[in-house]
Amino acid sequence: MNYTYFPGCSLEKNAACYDASTRAVAAQLGMQLTEVEDWNCCGATEYVSLNLTAAYSLIARNLAQASKNTSTHELVAPCSACYLNLRKCDKVLGQDPKFAGRVVQALAAGGLSYKPGTLHIRHLLDVLYQDVGLEALAAKVTKPLRGLRVAPYYGCMIVRPEFHDGGEDPEAPTSLDEILKALGADVVDYPLKAACCGGHMTQISEATGFDMIHRLVKSAADLNADLIATLCPMCQLNLDGFQGAMNRHFGSHFHMPVLYFTQLIGLAMGMSMREMGIGEEIVDARAALSRIGSEMAAEAAEPKRPRKDDKALPMPAPLKRA
Amino acid sequence: MEHNHASSFMDEVSSSAPGGEALRTCIQCGTCGGSCPSGPDMQHTPRQIFALIRAGERDVVLKSNTPWYCVSCYYCTVRCPKEIPVTEIMYTLKRMAVRDKAFDDSKAPDFSKVFIRWVEEFGRSFELGLMGVHMIRHNPFGAFKIMDMAVGMVTKGRMAFTPTRIKGLDGLKRILAKAKELEAQA
Ligand code: SF4
Ligand code: SF4
Repeated sequence: MNYTYFPGCSLEKNAACYDASTRAVAAQLGMQLTEVEDWNCCGATEYVSLNLTAAYSLIARNLAQASKNTSTHELVAPCSACYLNLRKCDKVLGQDPKFAGRVVQALAAGGLSYKPGTLHIRHLLDVLYQDVGLEALAAKVTKPLRGLRVAPYYGCMIVRPEFHDGGEDPEAPTSLDEILKALGADVVDYPLKAACCGGHMTQISEATGFDMIHRLVKSAADLNADLIATLCPMCQLNLDGFQGAMNRHFGSHFHMPVLYFTQLIGLAMGMSMREMGIGEEIVDARAALSRIGSEMAAEAAEPKRPRKDDKALPMPAPLKRA
Repeated sequence: MEHNHASSFMDEVSSSAPGGEALRTCIQCGTCGGSCPSGPDMQHTPRQIFALIRAGERDVVLKSNTPWYCVSCYYCTVRCPKEIPVTEIMYTLKRMAVRDKAFDDSKAPDFSKVFIRWVEEFGRSFELGLMGVHMIRHNPFGAFKIMDMAVGMVTKGRMAFTPTRIKGLDGLKRILAKAKELEAQA
């Protein structure tokens, strides 16, 4: 399995543990990742807000660089924003020849070219789910994540436009759930799995941004999740990095660690916490991870809801006896 | 006259967004606004924006905070029964507002500009520079609120102190200069 790999700016530093865990896991699974030569920023959601042709030309430079690796047409990106931009650019260039003409001219000014449709652009989750597959993943598990309650969080950018080449429901995806189950984790039925983390909204309107983070963290906490598994550096930064500020904003006290799904895969394969970059998260995940292997903890973590068949009327609390 | 005025704004918007022609088929069902996580904080819901576009209310639309509160989550896009690329139209409105300097609150457009400035200069984005400049300009006291986060990011080695410069920077600059020239002509 041979792939061209587009790490993206976040994975260089802020999400370095996502990059490290991706490379380590890929090597174990027999995937060869060849990094795109001299790649540039994909422009996130910012460039397209300013200049359409420049935004697509910026992305297209990456496609041109990636297509230099002629040994494969498969391009994989672990960042959801990069994935979406690369894929959207390839698609738009293929559909709109007039616009594509402009981008082609711009690329030519830098001595580059790209023919739309040359690359098959995919997110890492798609590759692990479809190419590697659940069986091969499960076969590599030496330390199952038993007892760990995980909320699978997909976020928005990856699933919405035709993820898995259209094979996954844009609002109720299941591939990450299945991968986490294959690792032995106790997967929470997380209703906000495909909701948005707010992107850069904390920088535009704090109240709006914190509200989106709050909803996601609270829902996971209400379901007694030990941690949230994510696959996007923006989601990780929002839910983990801004969790403290969000807590202060709402006067809440959530402590919900947020790890990359590749970190969990690596741990389940027996790789060390250090190798997986555990500890780089702002909301410490170690206590949550110590629950791995403790079946008792899993029992205790079941949500304490009144039993459905409890027919008793609500009663005043019993008087305390001194 | 009024009719021409209205249809010309619709022409402008629908022709500048990839797949934007579909906007003409909006049935005003409100699915987009009902799906929007930032809807409650927007001055106009996406549906209202589309009605205003149809009515030719250029100023109201380009002054609205709506596009800037769009977090590009694509809920509207996958749910719209007419397959209108709502998210792309929000980006288009942002570009038009920036070009016309129509949006009063400079905070949101500025964020995009500062982000892109590093990309244009180095080829990669630079979080520390972005956060620094943006905070100083728009929210100097807000910095205290995220101080623990900033300290955490630094001590955990998640914050680069210098941007990475790509090797092919000259070529990239030529590409972007050409792209901007072509955009201005389009
Ligand atoms: S969901 Fe589509 S058709 Fe309905 S109001 Fe929004 S844009 Fe128009
Ligand atoms: S993409 Fe933008 S407009 Fe559409 S639902 Fe999401 S935030 Fe709202």
